[in-house]
Amino acid sequence: MCFIYIYKKEGSDDERKHAKLLEAISSLGGRRRKKHVERSEASVQVSEFSVTAGGAEEKINLCDLLGTMEKTPGAPSKTKKQLRNLQNCKETLELPLSKQQTEKVGIQRTVAYEKSTKEVSRWESVIIQNQKAEQLVFPLKQEPAGPKRMEQVVAGWKAQTPLEQEIFSILHSNKQPVLDPVLTPMEKAAIKAMSLEEAKIRRAELQKARALQSYYEAKAKRGKRIKSKKYHRVQKKAKQKEFLKQFDEMMKTNPTAALEELKKMELSRMEERMSLKHQNSGKWAKSRAIMAKYDESARSAMQEQLQLNKELTQKLVVPSDDEEERRAEEEANALPDFVNEAEPVPDSANPWMRGKLTSEASGPDVSDVAAEPGVSDVAAEPSSGQEGEQHREEEEEEEQEEEEEKLLREFERKRKLRRNEEDDLAPQPREERGSEWSLPASVVLIPHHCRTLNTSLIHVQFDSYNRARHLNQFVQLYVAIKREPQRPEPLKKPIFPPQSFAEQAAIIKEAFAGDDVISDFLKDKRKQEEAGRPKVVDLTLPGWGEWGGVGLKPSRQKRRKFRLKAAAAPPRKDQKLPAVIISEKRNASIAAHQVSQLPFPFQNSAQFESCMRSPVGQTWNTQNTVKKLTAPRVVTKLGAIIQPMAKEDFLKQKKGPEAAKQGAIPLRGTRKKGKKKDSR
Amino acid sequence: MKVKVLCRNPDDYVRETTRDIQRVPRNYDRTLHPFEVPREYTRALNATKMERLFAKPFVASLGGHRDGVSCLAKHAKSLSTVLSGACDGEVKVWNLSRRECLRTIPAHEGFVRAICSRFCGTSFFTVGDDKTVKQWRMEAPGYRVREEPLNTILGKAVYTGIDHHQSEGTFATCGQTVDIWDEQRTSPIRSFSWGVDSFSCVRYNPVETELLASCASDRSIVLYDMRESTPLKKVIMKLRSNTLCWNPMEAYNFTCSNEDYNLYTYDMRYLETPVTVHMDHVSAVLDVDYSPTGKEFVSASFDRTIRIFPKDKGHSREVYHTKRMQHVICVRWSADNKYVLSGSDEMNIRVWKANASEKLGVLTSREKAAVQYNQKLKAKFKNHPKVRRIAHHRHLPRDIFKQKRELRDMKEARRRKEQNVHKHSKPGSVPIVTEKEKHVVTVVE
Repeated sequence: MCFIYIYKKEGSDDERKHAKLLEAISSLGGRRRKKHVERSEASVQVSEFSVTAGGAEEKINLCDLLGTMEKTPGAPSKTKKQLRNLQNCKETLELPLSKQQTEKVGIQRTVAYEKSTKEVSRWESVIIQNQKAEQLVFPLKQEPAGPKRMEQVVAGWKAQTPLEQEIFSILHSNKQPVLDPVLTPMEKAAIKAMSLEEAKIRRAELQKARALQSYYEAKAKRGKRIKSKKYHRVQKKAKQKEFLKQFDEMMKTNPTAALEELKKMELSRMEERMSLKHQNSGKWAKSRAIMAKYDESARSAMQEQLQLNKELTQKLVVPSDDEEERRAEEEANALPDFVNEAEPVPDSANPWMRGKLTSEASGPDVSDVAAEPGVSDVAAEPSSGQEGEQHREEEEEEEQEEEEEKLLREFERKRKLRRNEEDDLAPQPREERGSEWSLPASVVLIPHHCRTLNTSLIHVQFDSYNRARHLNQFVQLYVAIKREPQRPEPLKKPIFPPQSFAEQAAIIKEAFAGDDVISDFLKDKRKQEEAGRPKVVDLTLPGWGEWGGVGLKPSRQKRRKFRLKAAAAPPRKDQKLPAVIISEKRNASIAAHQVSQLPFPFQNSAQFESCMRSPVGQTWNTQNTVKKLTAPRVVTKLGAIIQPMAKEDFLKQKKGPEAAKQGAIPLRGTRKKGKKKDSR
Repeated sequence: MKVKVLCRNPDDYVRETTRDIQRVPRNYDRTLHPFEVPREYTRALNATKMERLFAKPFVASLGGHRDGVSCLAKHAKSLSTVLSGACDGEVKVWNLSRRECLRTIPAHEGFVRAICSRFCGTSFFTVGDDKTVKQWRMEAPGYRVREEPLNTILGKAVYTGIDHHQSEGTFATCGQTVDIWDEQRTSPIRSFSWGVDSFSCVRYNPVETELLASCASDRSIVLYDMRESTPLKKVIMKLRSNTLCWNPMEAYNFTCSNEDYNLYTYDMRYLETPVTVHMDHVSAVLDVDYSPTGKEFVSASFDRTIRIFPKDKGHSREVYHTKRMQHVICVRWSADNKYVLSGSDEMNIRVWKANASEKLGVLTSREKAAVQYNQKLKAKFKNHPKVRRIAHHRHLPRDIFKQKRELRDMKEARRRKEQNVHKHSKPGSVPIVTEKEKHVVTVVE
């Protein structure tokens, strides 16, 4: 390369001196010839080395030339005329060429821009993937650990000694890699065929398949070893069900095969009809029949046998138009629920209940049966009896027996549920969470000693409450209970063990002797409501604008004018919850720590709260979980240079054969780790 | 018959060697460890406080230049080597780990406008006010040997910027035109101009290596493709952009630093509106550089601060300043994502940590785990007001603080006025213009 040095310092000095001299001379003359044109910034058009001509910026017009033309005698008059005409002509021509040219350039630009945009857009998937990634490890292209090959470490190494050359000639002949490629053609082809990620995915799939197979095998083995006959029976039934399903399918898709199956079934039916296999006539069956009087299981076994016979001898019906319903029925029939569940006690006694069970999925409970009019025992709980009477009256009024019955059952069930709840909650009634406070929870809040009141009355109260949903009624009822002369009876269902119950009741009675908790509560609530209500502000000033003094009151008009009524407060949250007080005051000391607005990525407060609720620390999570949870988004290595993304690494698959030609794995053996900075 | 007995597997409690840590069984039942949220909240708060307590970002100051530092460049292959050019034409090569100047080269007459290192790291290029492009060897010459450039190209106009191709022997300069040079030739192989204007910065795209972008003095940013004969597109903004930087991990995104105190991140496919407007500076932004991970960038401003922005956030996460640091002219993010270098008017180069409170050096595994847990907690509770207040608080010099407040007021007033105009004019006649749309004047094809 040429070295160019320009030392023109001395030269420029001389020039400057010369210019100064000229200036001095011109100033002596008293009249400055022309202003110097100064150039502030160097430009391409003007060479630095040539002096600019004075007045270069002034344009030469036609009229300037005309003046001299007039004076010159040699010029022909014709040309003079022409020139004069030209001068008078006002029309100007449009610029023709440049527009075309610019258009052309513009088109070129748009084409080029689109091309490059397309090229750049190929990165989109990679970029989005990186943005979504849980963790990014930089440098992106990690060098494989472990020892490297000689060829990678020593760049530009050549065989020199005869021995080396010999070895390399052998390698060449066997198509082994000698220098940079390192990979044999076979390996290259393998890499080209499948990328690492694909291979990983494939391997995972294979592993999964293998695991599934082994699970299945293990399961089958286990199933085979189980001795329980019942289990196998159930299995068999399930299989049958499955088969029926398949059979239905087959009818649609492959009628001939279905026909064959049908024939087989027919055959089995015939066999069954011929044999006495499930008729309860065998030796075993007879023995069972003897036992059946005392043994429940024997009875059920016999029943099953009969059922089996029935099923097997049933004639197969070809599905018709209302196939759907049938199938639904069949499904219900094929595997009744009692196969899996423990049989309900009363049913087992009565074999006729079986048929009912399938037809009426949600059969009435024992208690429901008892609660039904006509069947209801008087010996059952007095509460239910009362209820029954009440409802009977209603029935007569409405004359819709069935609906009433249903309703009744509903009520009964609810009541029962509630009673259970009560019983469960009795030891620690205040454990209920605030969020779950709703109407049934009001029971919870009624303090212990209420329990000593007649429970039935409380139930009545709640039922009527449910029906009417009215606070007044509730309170009235409460008052009614209070006024009742009847002394508290012990509960029908003791919450505590019988011997301790009396003691407990006594203690509770003693403890809450003077308390009237419910009315206190209601009072308290009313007080709170009062406090929350906006108050009327009285701004009247006596004696202002009229006479004042002892015994004189401001006029009513004035009072009305100066009494400011505030707008009604928004309805309280506990307005419709008679047994609850919800404080609507904001706790300032807590609010300072609370998030006031829903942060960005969250859609609703529930999401945010659930995110907050799950702890991250070691106290609550296993070590691996903590590691996973606290993994940083970006990991960088100390002292490693992070190179920008390289095209050949990330756009490999999309480029296809071209990229493969260049070498699927670009070797960057020369890339070294930067010198590590000393820690400071 | 199988008899069920209580048994313990010795694998659960016997150590393999005596040097192992005793295995302590833990019960992770939540009921045994109550108040998880309040406890973690307290931890998060403490972690945030500790972070601010340990936030000491300033690492070192490299003094030695005799004029303001006008440009900085990273070595392509070595983390510890940094090149800097000053306004008096001197170029210095620094060793960061020893914090000393290795070489001083009187490279140009007048400013050294820009430096760039060759991709292989064996040589570097400088351009200066004396209209020359000079290539220098990275190694120092022997004892008593004069510093001489490897190569000098004499141009016709002043060059203001230079950048080298990522993997080939070509480089781009800008001045009155944007030129693409082959290292082996003395005249540009390609020269782009679009209107007569001077350019202040040209940058190669590090990912799509054939693309370039430049900032021109007609307030425009122009895109080029090295393989094409014409520029691709340009976007004209309200004020001039000083420099720009491509995202090294996202091929189509770049960020430009603007005279209007803001930075703009653009997607080169949609130049009509910037993707994000980054504001926080209170004076013109002079330089910008992306972190090598492409997640953040650092900007240097005339307001004597440098700020670190997440690439997709509108406001900075960090601001660095010192009493002695004057107008920051150039800034670079080190290639290992750990440090930020800034060169300023008062002749110093400063080294900062990219994460102010990060502990440098090797961490033990327990330390690492603790740091990661704390990071997670901070991220989890970042929206809580107490945590947020501490995490966001930064001390600012008084004048910057006041200026910031003033700017905020001005912006608010402008916004109010716009709202009022919109409210009191015929519906639809005054459109609502978003902040992003405000700054772009036009896109020229």
